[in-house]
Amino acid sequence: MATAEDIELEEEDRSRRPSKAVVGSHREEEEVFGKAYDPRIVRRIWSFVDPYRSKIAISVAAVLAFTLTQLAIPLIIRFAIDNGMAKGSDGSVLMWCMAAFGVVILVNYGASYLQESVVGKVAEHVLFDMRRAMMARLQKVSLSFMDKTEVGRLMSRLQGDVNSMQEFLETSVMSVGDIVLLFGIVVTLLFLDVRLGLLTLATMPTLLVIRFFWLPPAKRSFMAAHETNSIANGALAEGINGVRTVQSLNRQRVNFDLYAEKSHANLRSHLRAAKFAQVTVPIVDTLTGISMATVVVVGGQMVLNHTLGLGVMVAFLFYIQRFFDPIRSLTMQYSVMQRAMASGQRISEVLDVPIAITDRPDAVTLGPDMDGSVEFRHVTFGYRPNQPVLKDVSFKVNPGETVALVGPTGSGKTSSMALIHRFYDVWQGEVLVGGHDVRDATQDSLGHSIAMVLQEPFLFTGTVIENIRYARTGASFEDVVQAATAVGAHEFIMQLPEGYDTKLEQRGGNLSLGQRQLLSFARALVADAKILVLDEATASIDSYTELQIQKALAVLLKGRTGLVIAHRLATIRNADRILVLQNGVLIESGNHEQLMQQGGLYSKLYNMNYASFDDIPEDAIPQAGVGTAT
Amino acid sequence: MSTDRAGAKRRANAFSHVAKASWGKGVGTLWRITRLNLRHPWQVTACIVSTFIAATLQLFIPRLLGRAVDEAQGILGAGSAAAESALWSTAMLLLGLSIARGIFTLTQNYYSESVGHNAAYELRLATYEKLQQLSFSFHDRMHSGDLITLGILDIEGVRMFFATGLVRMVLLAVLIGVGAYLLLSTDLVLGLLSLSFVPFVGWRSSVVQLKLRATWLELQDRLTVMSRVMDENLGGIRVVRAFAAQEHELAKFDKASLSALELAHERVDLRVTSTSAMNFSFFLAMGLVLWFGGLKVTSGEITVGTLAAFLTFMTILQMPVRQLGLMVNSFARASTCGIRLFNLLDLELAVKDKPGAPEIKVSDGTLRFDHVSFRYPGTTRDVLKDVSFSAKRGETIAFVGPPGSGKSTLVHLIPRYYDVSSGAITIDGQNVAEVALDSLRRQVAVVQQDSFLFTTTIENNIAYGNPWAKEGRIERAAESAQLHNYVAGLPAGYGTIVGERGVSLSGGQRQRLTIARSLVLKPAVMVFDDSTAAIDAATEQRIRMAMRRYAEGRVTIIISHRLSSLMHADQILFIEDGRIVEGGSHLELLARGGRYRALYDLQVRPDTDAPAMAGE
Repeated sequence: MATAEDIELEEEDRSRRPSKAVVGSHREEEEVFGKAYDPRIVRRIWSFVDPYRSKIAISVAAVLAFTLTQLAIPLIIRFAIDNGMAKGSDGSVLMWCMAAFGVVILVNYGASYLQESVVGKVAEHVLFDMRRAMMARLQKVSLSFMDKTEVGRLMSRLQGDVNSMQEFLETSVMSVGDIVLLFGIVVTLLFLDVRLGLLTLATMPTLLVIRFFWLPPAKRSFMAAHETNSIANGALAEGINGVRTVQSLNRQRVNFDLYAEKSHANLRSHLRAAKFAQVTVPIVDTLTGISMATVVVVGGQMVLNHTLGLGVMVAFLFYIQRFFDPIRSLTMQYSVMQRAMASGQRISEVLDVPIAITDRPDAVTLGPDMDGSVEFRHVTFGYRPNQPVLKDVSFKVNPGETVALVGPTGSGKTSSMALIHRFYDVWQGEVLVGGHDVRDATQDSLGHSIAMVLQEPFLFTGTVIENIRYARTGASFEDVVQAATAVGAHEFIMQLPEGYDTKLEQRGGNLSLGQRQLLSFARALVADAKILVLDEATASIDSYTELQIQKALAVLLKGRTGLVIAHRLATIRNADRILVLQNGVLIESGNHEQLMQQGGLYSKLYNMNYASFDDIPEDAIPQAGVGTAT
Repeated sequence: MSTDRAGAKRRANAFSHVAKASWGKGVGTLWRITRLNLRHPWQVTACIVSTFIAATLQLFIPRLLGRAVDEAQGILGAGSAAAESALWSTAMLLLGLSIARGIFTLTQNYYSESVGHNAAYELRLATYEKLQQLSFSFHDRMHSGDLITLGILDIEGVRMFFATGLVRMVLLAVLIGVGAYLLLSTDLVLGLLSLSFVPFVGWRSSVVQLKLRATWLELQDRLTVMSRVMDENLGGIRVVRAFAAQEHELAKFDKASLSALELAHERVDLRVTSTSAMNFSFFLAMGLVLWFGGLKVTSGEITVGTLAAFLTFMTILQMPVRQLGLMVNSFARASTCGIRLFNLLDLELAVKDKPGAPEIKVSDGTLRFDHVSFRYPGTTRDVLKDVSFSAKRGETIAFVGPPGSGKSTLVHLIPRYYDVSSGAITIDGQNVAEVALDSLRRQVAVVQQDSFLFTTTIENNIAYGNPWAKEGRIERAAESAQLHNYVAGLPAGYGTIVGERGVSLSGGQRQRLTIARSLVLKPAVMVFDDSTAAIDAATEQRIRMAMRRYAEGRVTIIISHRLSSLMHADQILFIEDGRIVEGGSHLELLARGGRYRALYDLQVRPDTDAPAMAGE
């Protein structure tokens, strides 16, 4: 065993590459491709498209008209050549052809406008509706779902997945056109001349077969390029966000080498993908060449023998130019469909998250006459089956009383707080607010009766005033100033560049922790609820701000029922009553003096001189010598 | 914290000077991108030559088709046997031409991608390195999100320039130039008619692409607003629920989402109106060619084959001409992206090595501040005024003072995160500004209050500053920082990933990890910048005991609001408004009855936090 000095003195071999060092982290992508067709998901998607079905019908009709005009143009050319351009003809046939051509291109103009504009807008609308539906759902789903789910994942559903649905819708309508065009060309060629048609079309299956074999490895290479790209970008973003740490720990050289490696992998995978993307170009060109040569040799001889009109030959040559486009886009459409199914699956998952907590039909509205008492009656609750975090907890907080909840980390304080607001439903027993079981009250009125201050003061992007009146958007400017003054925030707000209209950066990044705390107090004060539930911040703040926060807390609690998860001894001692929780069980209750006299967990923790009961190391708690008091 | 706020103000218009682009600057930038591409001369040559050949080959296809049509009429050859063999040779030529065109298009496309990707790769490395080197004052000024955009999207814009700008320009020049020559020399009137759609479509598509680009940028802004609303709503879901603000939130979301939808619809209109107009103008030109050509065929002036050649020419020209707009767009995008990128790459480093700066040599390990004053670049207020003190190896110095008094700024000057405005900081008599930055930073470790944790294992995070550290050293550092027991209790131990995708650490645990991170280094000066704020007093004391071993060989500087964290220091310096106003040991300062005494009384007043202090 090496001693401390040995370790301090030993030299590392810095010439070699550090073996474990990494830059950037990579989140495994969620399944990108699903089954190409899943009826359940298609039905789900269709429910979003259904409101626009008349518009969809219009655009499909427009697509059909557009495709038909495309098919018609070579036919008109053919007719003009064969019937209108014979030497010495009077030009009337040509005139008719030109008239037909004019009509066709006018239809083409209208149809091309209609198809793209209607389908483009519908797709945007569907995207909008889907995102709206998901957001609305997420406002109602139970918090246990939100606890389990990363915000980043949800965001990618709200953005990436929704976008691939939009792409799918747009290309779906277009691929109707592609299919029609493909069949149209086949039918027209066979109609013009069966033998020449068959010979010319012989190349088409070849391309299909080639695409069939090409697609899977090509898709893999595209995905690989996409992935190495996001890996390299992730490393770059990390380097920028953590630049101060990188510089202060002098990691630039190591990081550069690691980043260079990831970037180079990215370069290689992109070049590989480029090879896959381009390799089909000469194949398609060769097949086109073969078809053209066939028409020239076979068709040309038929023309020479007068078994084929010259115009037909020209028309064939025209069709060949457009021949492979639909096949190319249809095979691509297949991937879009697979991607859309995977996305649709994920979107449905969000839309189908059960709403665990709903208002009863006969739920009561807690009004201003509610007395503001809070009571727990034999409450048992947990997040996972058979692992209760609160066990048979009973207590009552009288109107106007301030109660401090204390106990080591994991004792169930935060869960109790969440239950008052009915973020979750209890397993057993009941939680009463103003004498009503919270399950009998409307969630909305519950929200307006209880103001909450969370440990981490979460502020929203927007101005200071918008944040303070977040809970009551109708609050007047005077109300806001009054609240800010009461909690001692007015002074620093006035020092901000634009006072109450100062824009807060993301989550209040331009304020100190103490200032954010005071703003969240002011926000709770404006809410003017009967009951205040507060989770005190644990981080120590400088003494000046600390003093201000303590004063603000007193203002906030005046005339309200207060439940405080207290970390500061000052707060605890000022409470009317202290509830001590351990392992989900309420073990002690009383004021400071009473509890000190009892000589239980509270007095032991208190005498250990910890600044707060929360950061007490696990191993220190058993020393308090308290078993489960049941 | 005051620096944060000052930074925010400066940040607001940080990009304004960067984003302004003059015409001359735009051209200069495009030339610079081109030079970057020319660093791969063979690939560029292969690409351009292939483009020429592929485009020229493509232009001959309509002629061959026309010839075949005429041969089929038997008007070129004498007998049917001769006509037949003519058809055969034309067909073979067509096939050969098609294959060759395909192959040259492949090399054209592949090498244009390759040149772009290689340039992007080099730019990525240069950008990454530059961003790592740029000093704190730069990063204070810039929004990290803007820098990430720059490193991702702007490089993308520059990458695309070669393929969608330069190569396409060559392609269009050949197709339109050679194509026009071939058409006009065959038949002037028909040639003019066939080309009549080119100016309109080219102009139209350029205008629309530029408009689409402008609205795209606007749309991105609106989408950013929307995604921020969603992100905050989901991240702050407890606040939303706590205040029953769901309706309010949905209204906020609707507003943001609707404004994006409206613009998206405008863009659809813009795009579709122009596409259908371009299609129409093309078909109109085609109709005119068919009509006049038809009349000419009737009168025997030209053959059907010539007419067919004209018509197929047009179909070949149609796509590239429509892409003229994309080319213009690529030029516009590359020049704005390039200007931003090159502005960054050309920035002078505010803090850098003097030429030939020697490595720092630490002997006694004495740190000295000699009349140091400092103001942040671009501001007029001195944050530090004439600060002098010194500390020997083994000594602990503590700084205390009201928020914004300049404590953090002071320690940031030692590893040269910023350079002093006047005065000097020396370690063993060597001015920190005169020695190699890399060697200096190895000797100074600053433990920040809120340090960045990387999404990787706990082990990698602790060893971040010294990835060569042996496991034993990492564990000892964790032990000293009172983190080992917690880590050892995790299922994956030191291999546990931290962050959103791994375990989430409490504020105290994060700070302990940050402390452990500094303990794997071997610096001459170790700074704890309010780095125990979230750690309770008792744990902190245990850390302090463990740290004694590390403190022996170096100068330790402590900044803290909590007096219990620093009352044991050899020297306590009270800072107010950038000046040292009091200095001495704990007992001396208490006896003096000045500001330190006042702060002490505030913290240990019996009705507030007295028990927390009693342990000292």
